[in-house]
Amino acid sequence: MTDRNLQMDPEDRLLLTASPHLKSPDSTPKIMWNVVGSLVPIIVVAVYYFGPSAIMVMLASILGAVGVEWLFGKKKSLWDGSAAITGILLGLCLPAGFPLWMAFVGGGFGIAFGKLVFGGLGQNPFNPALVGRAFLQAAFPTAITTWPSTAMEWGAWRGANLSIPLLTGEAPDVITSATPLGLWKFEGQVTDLWHLVIGNTGGSLGETAGIVILICGGYLALRNYLNWRIPAGIFLTVFVFSEVLYLVNGEAFPPPFFMLFSGGLMLGALYMATDMVTSPVTNLGAWIFAAGIGVMVVLIRVWGGLPEGVMYAILFMNAFVPFINRATQPRVFGHFPEEKVKEARA
Amino acid sequence: MWDKLTFSHGVHPPEHKDLSSGVPIRRMPFPEEIVLPLRQHAGKPAKLLVRVGDRVERGDKIAEADGFVSVPIHASAAGEVVGIGWWPHPDGSMAEAVRIKVEKFSPQIPRPRVIPRWEGLDPQQVVAAVQKGGVVGLGGAAFPTHVKLLPPKDTPIETLLVNGAECEPYLTTDHRTMVEYPERVWFGVRIMMKALGVERAVVGIEKNKPDAIEALARTRPDDLNAEVIALTVKYPQGAEKMLIKAVMGREVPSGKLPMHVGAVVQNVGTIACIAEIFETGLPLIERVVTVTGPGVNRPGNLLVPVGTKIRDILAFSGGMKENVTEVISGGPMMGAAQPDLDAPVTKGVTGIVILTDKESRARDVYPCIRCGHCLDACPMFLNPSLMGSLAQTARYQEMVDRANLWDCMLCGACSYVCPSNIPLSQMFGLAKYQLGRLRRKESAA
Repeated sequence: MTDRNLQMDPEDRLLLTASPHLKSPDSTPKIMWNVVGSLVPIIVVAVYYFGPSAIMVMLASILGAVGVEWLFGKKKSLWDGSAAITGILLGLCLPAGFPLWMAFVGGGFGIAFGKLVFGGLGQNPFNPALVGRAFLQAAFPTAITTWPSTAMEWGAWRGANLSIPLLTGEAPDVITSATPLGLWKFEGQVTDLWHLVIGNTGGSLGETAGIVILICGGYLALRNYLNWRIPAGIFLTVFVFSEVLYLVNGEAFPPPFFMLFSGGLMLGALYMATDMVTSPVTNLGAWIFAAGIGVMVVLIRVWGGLPEGVMYAILFMNAFVPFINRATQPRVFGHFPEEKVKEARA
Repeated sequence: MWDKLTFSHGVHPPEHKDLSSGVPIRRMPFPEEIVLPLRQHAGKPAKLLVRVGDRVERGDKIAEADGFVSVPIHASAAGEVVGIGWWPHPDGSMAEAVRIKVEKFSPQIPRPRVIPRWEGLDPQQVVAAVQKGGVVGLGGAAFPTHVKLLPPKDTPIETLLVNGAECEPYLTTDHRTMVEYPERVWFGVRIMMKALGVERAVVGIEKNKPDAIEALARTRPDDLNAEVIALTVKYPQGAEKMLIKAVMGREVPSGKLPMHVGAVVQNVGTIACIAEIFETGLPLIERVVTVTGPGVNRPGNLLVPVGTKIRDILAFSGGMKENVTEVISGGPMMGAAQPDLDAPVTKGVTGIVILTDKESRARDVYPCIRCGHCLDACPMFLNPSLMGSLAQTARYQEMVDRANLWDCMLCGACSYVCPSNIPLSQMFGLAKYQLGRLRRKESAA
């Protein structure tokens, strides 16, 4: 018998799955942890500028996010890395002197009401980190707009980090400085581009060093872990829109490069708007989504009551994603516009 | 030769063709038993002509075509019919099959036969000879070839497209056929051009087979209006509609056949097989099969009698390794995993791919994160993400109405790229199957 030539009886362990039998090496946890990994340089820069306070604020928001995911999320969903990203991103868009308990609550709120109530990973319409931040902005408007200066001694606390809920603790002596956008909006002062690029300005932990964020995001784009059309579209729209405004009246409107590198635009465009779950699935949709964010950012910054508008711009456009997806479905191969109804086939 | 010819979207899995692309085609000795399912082609299964106990010679007809979209089946070895009954089929199902105990020490010489003289035949007679030879598409779909050669009068055919893309990873049957038998391919092209009455033939080959491109370009007969084209290496380049898009720039309308845009596509293996009918008079009783994959000890390309069991082929190829997890008939993107190695190689089996635990798909499935990678992969520009979420709740009819399920050709590109490992293409196959069953039930009621 020829079959005895086989040294074993393999049928017992043959897998019976439907085709295709091959799978690309990418996986959802791999993408998520790659995003986390790509954030490390941004975290390092934040710690360099804002000292131990930066570490503590980020840890608090990560703990809040991961803790809620662990308590209420699906089994094992902690290990897909998405809660960790939410925690880190939220931490990166908080000021260094932010009370830790608030950061913790924000992280938890973002995961619970930004993600888990919708059914967990993949189901949420809004970016959970931004939901957390929007909540904090509404609940603690003063704390979230108190910007410590980068000029302080490295090891010092940057604010009332250790304050306790419901008590107004005595804040340590903190040198505060307005963010570049605040300076422009309320004092008409334009920060030097070089400072915006390297990041020694006031602002949230991870949003100040534009060049570092660009490089980290670029890495993700190269690996196709983010859709490059989204940041490209946002930059383009913001640049063109503010360039037009600047040409109309250079006194009243900020220069375009200032718009690009100030505030949370870099972090938002590369890390928040590109959240796969809450951005369009079609490439044309990505351009539309990005253009919408860009326009909203400029509108809020220039004419809105707040100095910064990236968060609301992204959340606003998140809401349109299902419509954008539906409207931008590509033409199916072999279907032509003149065909009125697709033929029913047996 | 042009450059950069391809379709939009698609994927590029690791090719792994080097395992067997350099191994010349070798004839495998006759096995002890041959199993010939009556359903080896798309369309109606063949009608049985033999009974248990009958003696057959190699090349004898054992089942005849049942209608137009059907072909006869011939004994691939001399011997005695020892059983007729259900037997594992390489598509993963069971099918009625004829088992022939191969006569030992038989010279396996077919009965004397008339070799058709193609020069003297009119197209109808050529087509009849092709059907009589039991020829089906050897690229995997196993569609009866003669049907494609008889387009309706009102659809003029301009171009014969010869499909040498072989875009499935691992497989090298067409590659070796082109490298070793280029003259036979051209002879087949000549006959097909006559049968179809077309002026122009184009051979499309993916660029990862430079030796095949070179061999066909070198042997191209001067009097033939034919060219060899190098295509971008991308899956599924060998799908008919994608090949037509790449070579002719035309889109086959949904639900229509290639002939509606003036093209007939034939696989190179099929064309070589047709050439053989007009060279030797022998019907389709043997074919080239790539035995490959990291799980097999001696990868290679074997010329085997149709009906040889996978088990025998593996034994001849040095057996399998310890960590084998999957035995696939056909390519790893569209082939069928085998539960039973007694399943025979039928006319449409292009290869046997043996995967190990390193290549098999992971089992963890994550929620869809709407990354859109499947939309970028789908060569048909469908929305696999939407179809997947509909399929998960068994909303099959909605998949047709809202997401054009019938345009899906189950190439598997979406499942391949999905980072969440969602079995998209697998679910679409199930949806099509369930809808088909429902329709049959309705028409029966």
